[in-house]
Amino acid sequence: MDMVIETRNLCKTYKIGEVEIKALRGVNFSIDKGEFVAVMGSSGSGKSTLMNLLGCLDKPSSGDFFLDGINTNGLSKNEYAAIRNQKIGFVFQGFNLLPRTTALENVELPLLYDRQKKHANSAQKARNALCRVSLQDRFEHLPGQLSGGQQQRVAIARALVNDPALILADEPTGNLDSYTSMEVFSLFQQLNDEGITIVLVTHERDFARYAKRVIELKDGRIIRDALIQNRLYAKEDLKLFKQSEIITPI
Amino acid sequence: MNSKNIFKVAIRSILKSRMRGLLTTLGIIIGVASVIIMVAIGQGAQENITQQISALGSNLIIIYPGTTASGGVNKGAGSFNRFTLEDVEKIRKKAVYIKGITPIVRTSSQVIGPGGNWNTSIEGVSTDFQEVRNWKLKSGAFFSDRDLLSRSKVAVIGTDIVTNLFPSQEPVGKYIRIRNVPFKIIGVLESKGQSTMGPSNDDIIIAPSTTVLDRLVGGRYINLIQASAKSVELIDSAQVELRLIMRDSHRLNETEDDDFSIRNQTQITETFSETARTLTLLLGSVAGVSLLVGGIGIMNIMLVSVTERTREIGLRLSVGARSSDILIQFLVESILLSLSGGIIGILIAFGVSFVLNTYNIMTMIITPFVVIISFFFSAAVGVFFGFYPARKAAALNPIDALRYE
Repeated sequence: MDMVIETRNLCKTYKIGEVEIKALRGVNFSIDKGEFVAVMGSSGSGKSTLMNLLGCLDKPSSGDFFLDGINTNGLSKNEYAAIRNQKIGFVFQGFNLLPRTTALENVELPLLYDRQKKHANSAQKARNALCRVSLQDRFEHLPGQLSGGQQQRVAIARALVNDPALILADEPTGNLDSYTSMEVFSLFQQLNDEGITIVLVTHERDFARYAKRVIELKDGRIIRDALIQNRLYAKEDLKLFKQSEIITPI
Repeated sequence: MNSKNIFKVAIRSILKSRMRGLLTTLGIIIGVASVIIMVAIGQGAQENITQQISALGSNLIIIYPGTTASGGVNKGAGSFNRFTLEDVEKIRKKAVYIKGITPIVRTSSQVIGPGGNWNTSIEGVSTDFQEVRNWKLKSGAFFSDRDLLSRSKVAVIGTDIVTNLFPSQEPVGKYIRIRNVPFKIIGVLESKGQSTMGPSNDDIIIAPSTTVLDRLVGGRYINLIQASAKSVELIDSAQVELRLIMRDSHRLNETEDDDFSIRNQTQITETFSETARTLTLLLGSVAGVSLLVGGIGIMNIMLVSVTERTREIGLRLSVGARSSDILIQFLVESILLSLSGGIIGILIAFGVSFVLNTYNIMTMIITPFVVIISFFFSAAVGVFFGFYPARKAAALNPIDALRYE
């Protein structure tokens, strides 16, 4: 299978004044196409740092990082920007939609920065992405007119629109209630079934079980890398949730 | 990002906060409008002065009594060797480049007419006056050489005198009294309107120089001499000729300086135009300062906008925008703000000048030059004051920007 991510002895050291903080101390793993990986760890474990490196938002202090076969070592700032544009779709905890901008225009945003002009019709492309997250009737809505779950779906559509090699989701349900969270995970699972590689950062063990594999970090090192046993399916949980609501009305 | 998208994004983000955009551009609007209006007022004044001076007469040359210094004490203009009618006679006989010449004897007095009394200035002149000053009559006739010789008590009056002394009757043939001397009105001058440099041109009574000298002033000295050259090209030659005749008339030997000064209309025009130009420059630069202040206003708002949109910048960077994309976006935004301010300012300036010109409040001349300059200056303000905030935005780190609260 094609490898989407491969890291070799990835290290990241921050310098704050005189103090050196070793956020990552030699991380080795690889992720194949079509995987759904949950990265877990308590705060300070280095998972945000790993996320920034995987997202090409930051450069490692040492070690190599291959993304979709490209060695990112020694690339310029602009080449990093191009990789972010072409290979990665971000989903953030806080949605990060442009205010007072329609859903369609928000989804179109990455295409505006596509220098290779892969897509002749960016509006059509954005519409397709919104349809994939079942927002076909919300094209012209502004973020303020959408619910939290809908906003996150717009953000997911934005992550999808460039056909990235990888979707990076950083606590994507942190701002959502548990029911909506399940909806979002059901969408992630559906997209993963369609073949999209997803890396999810979360600190909730329950949500990690929606993934196929879990990587756990502690003090900048991987302490666990295992396939998920008894994987959960968000769609079924949603069904159960609905039933339980009907049985026990509050 | 292609240029179409850059403009689309910039226009959209300006339109998202219209009120702020308008207030931001207000500085530029006021700056550009005031620069254009001020310069237009200055140039209008310059034009007015030129017109007024050419209204003085055709190819006019004026001889003033000069200053003399004796023993280092400068006695000021007209202190020595004042002009007499003999000087005028000599010039009239000898000069060949002169079309007409008139002495000017000035005095001012209370004048009594049938409709009331009025304080005005009286000029004693010769029959060449009309020729020299290029001044036609509205009614009646000008006095003749005979009147001049016989010291007739006749007068030609300006329209302001008619208004004040003859409010409801035809003045020609009537009498007015100047210092108890009755003068018969024989003509009325055409109106020349307000003079920029002093009182109304029409507030004047013209009488034979001999009569004014004998009956009103007493003595034999005249204030100045006005002459007109035969053509514009001959003004300089006439000036040289006048100087030689005057030196001869005043019996000045070669070592002595002129005790008079000669100036022609072009020189006077230039002097006043120079003043007007300085005024224009002054007004323009004061207004230019306000344009600069407007630019600082734009920088201020752009800085606020960068801080406010830090997360947006982080997002744009994370979806693949380069630093240069962010730089250009903010730069285009500030240029659009200042340019639209510039255009609105230009329109306002045209509106103001149209109103002021139409209602004759003030002469304003807007030249294309100043419009183009202020247009490009406002664009330059956008670039200059937009660059710092734009660079600040472009230098943001995507990780920090995304996390910014």
